[in-house]
Amino acid sequence: MIYWNSFADFLHMGGYGVYVWGSFGVTALIMLVEPIVVARNRKTTIARLKRQLRAESRTTSE
Amino acid sequence: MNDRFNLYRFASPATFYPLAGTLIPYFWALSAVFGLAGLYIGMLVAPTDFQQGEGYRIIFIHVPASWLSMFIYLVMAFWAAIGLAFNTRLSGMMAQALAPTGALMAFLSLWTGALWGKPMWGAWWVWDARLTSELILLFLYIGYMALTAAIDDPRRADKAGGLLLLVGVVNIPIIYFSVKWWNTLHQGSSVNLTKSSMATTMLYGMLLMAMCFWMYSIAVALMRARTIMLERERNTDWVKAELAGDVQ
Repeated sequence: MIYWNSFADFLHMGGYGVYVWGSFGVTALIMLVEPIVVARNRKTTIARLKRQLRAESRTTSE
Repeated sequence: MNDRFNLYRFASPATFYPLAGTLIPYFWALSAVFGLAGLYIGMLVAPTDFQQGEGYRIIFIHVPASWLSMFIYLVMAFWAAIGLAFNTRLSGMMAQALAPTGALMAFLSLWTGALWGKPMWGAWWVWDARLTSELILLFLYIGYMALTAAIDDPRRADKAGGLLLLVGVVNIPIIYFSVKWWNTLHQGSSVNLTKSSMATTMLYGMLLMAMCFWMYSIAVALMRARTIMLERERNTDWVKAELAGDVQ
């Protein structure tokens, strides 16, 4: 079922290793980093909005 | 007001926000399942290509990234049209949420294309119709993001950005048909609705990876959209209630 004879063969990619892994590596990196950046941005946005909301309610209640 | 089920209800951020929050984990799970299946078939099971050797395996990300780069743009243009026609709040937020992911897909299409072109054509880049129109697509994404970021009022930013998106949509058929209309170095399409020139395992691997990229794009865009909704609707009661609770 598996096409490759050895793990070394798999990494070598018939001489195209640099090109194939260069493509898959950068894609994997982007698809890993993008959600992390979005999640962190969400956290900081929520924290900022909460601060603003607290500051607002303080000024209106005084 | 009637409380009968109404699809238009979801056009309101207050109802769309929790719905998106519920759906996001499912899209992540689908993306992971499709991705693992696609990688298994594409990288471990599929045979070699008789012309391109193992180098052809770049197709399993090159084609999905290229498809998504065009598809996301079309979805953004759809939201832009809805927003300009009906002045709905949600549409601009959706276009805004999709743009960075679309730009990344266009970049990946060009990046994997360069790494594929070098061993097969002997060049990282050629000013070929397919490649050039895809580069223009990347610039359209960047232009949209720069334009909307430069305008302070979000509703005006949506209008200007939406106009740019609608004008730029002409580029999508140009990308798609470039390999037919012009004599290009880029190969023609390997798949169309009636027949495919690929081996079945290769085709399945590619379609599974395309589903993975699609589900990924939805998940990450919905995450971004939820943040944009909180930001833009911060003066509404539902966001205040959301922020007062244990918001995730």
